[in-house]
Amino acid sequence: MMTQPKASAGALISTIGLFKYFGDTLILDDINLTVQRGEVVVLIGPSGSGKSTLLRCCNGLEIAQKGIVEICGERLSQQGQLLPERQLDALRTRAGMVFQSFNLFAHLKVIDNITIGPRKVLEQHAEESRRLGLELLDKVGLADKADAMPGNLSGGQKQRVAIARALAMRPELMLFDEPTSALDPELVGEVLQVIRLLAAEGMTMIIVTHEMNFAREIADRIIVMDRGRIVDSGTPEMIFGSEANPRTRSFLAKVL
Amino acid sequence: MIDFDFSPVIENFGSLMHGTLITVEVVAVSMILSCTLGLLVGIGRLDTSRRLLYGICSFYVFIFRGTPLLVQLFIWYYGLPQFGISLPSFLCGVIGLGLYSASYVSEIVRGALQSVDKGQHEAARAIGMSRRVTMRLIIVPQAIVRIIPPLGNEFISLIKNSALISLVTIHDIMHEGQQIISVSYRSLEVYLAIGAVYLVLTWSVSRLLRTFENRLHTKGIQ
Repeated sequence: MMTQPKASAGALISTIGLFKYFGDTLILDDINLTVQRGEVVVLIGPSGSGKSTLLRCCNGLEIAQKGIVEICGERLSQQGQLLPERQLDALRTRAGMVFQSFNLFAHLKVIDNITIGPRKVLEQHAEESRRLGLELLDKVGLADKADAMPGNLSGGQKQRVAIARALAMRPELMLFDEPTSALDPELVGEVLQVIRLLAAEGMTMIIVTHEMNFAREIADRIIVMDRGRIVDSGTPEMIFGSEANPRTRSFLAKVL
Repeated sequence: MIDFDFSPVIENFGSLMHGTLITVEVVAVSMILSCTLGLLVGIGRLDTSRRLLYGICSFYVFIFRGTPLLVQLFIWYYGLPQFGISLPSFLCGVIGLGLYSASYVSEIVRGALQSVDKGQHEAARAIGMSRRVTMRLIIVPQAIVRIIPPLGNEFISLIKNSALISLVTIHDIMHEGQQIISVSYRSLEVYLAIGAVYLVLTWSVSRLLRTFENRLHTKGIQ
């Protein structure tokens, strides 16, 4: 019997040999990725290169037909099989996710958007979760919006609430799926500022983004994807420097 | 010139009101049954990958939406006793109306639930909510605003369809009216009075739901 390859120790996220298809289209083509605790990894690459799909595989919103995903030392999925629902739900609380289109719960006040997870999933007391929620709102600069409805917020404010909502679960890692792509240009800065704050606190993060300057500034490591493959990987200096591989340089030439 | 004589209506006002009360009781209980069952069946038809559940729920809608209410009522009232099951007429009325209406409500529910953005579901699952909790706390509350207008239509149909329960010997307003006609022969006046009563009932329900809908909107739920 073939032994399963073991994910490297100390890694918070690791994927081994991920292959994913949508129908006949190959979306992820042999992805091997390891993210250490405290590391900030930024995924860049052309649209349709599989960045978001890879990110979504890291919390089981998508499932790869082949390969293994491990997060927080537990096996999330292997060869197209997700963990059983209960364990999956428990594991998901440890990985926060921020979406391009915010996905705030439209029927709940800002503070309830943040506290509903701690209350209903972690079974925290209402008072404690509210105190924590207000603290987080303060952290993202929205202490005065606790009782607002999401529909009355700007895009940048919505995304900051979404980040606070994810943080309320006290996750060990954060996944950002193009967090600023749906924002007006003048609102991008306020969201990036919050992500910087998290990086400074040592949060482990994978960030999919088209903000190249931000990627260069915040990443410990940049991974370049193209047509479902990781084509380049290295420090910002390497990726944005002259020794980067030709595909990276041609991608960067188009976006910079 | 038609010679109106509303005196039979006035003289039998008490029994008409009593019939109205019965109609309201049957309709109210049917609505509860219809909404509860309609919600469950609607949710059951959301996920086609759960074959058995989906199949049972679809079959339910197929049968109860596809056959006349009158036939269903007669089966409950006249058909079941052949199996030794005799239900009281009130119960037959409630079950007949409730199950018939639930098949429509389930489609309303299904449509509204499917209209909630997929991102809401993903965001809830991403913070570790189970399917069930996501449905209860995130999806259903947002679908309710979209359920209300078509549900209002369905409730109005339910009230009007309830006239048929007089045929399974429930002493509703229709039945009381026919009793009065059989003695007084004033059909037009009595049916006009009955029509007016149904109009008041349907109007009240639509006002009630309108108020509820407005309240949800002022709470900021879109």
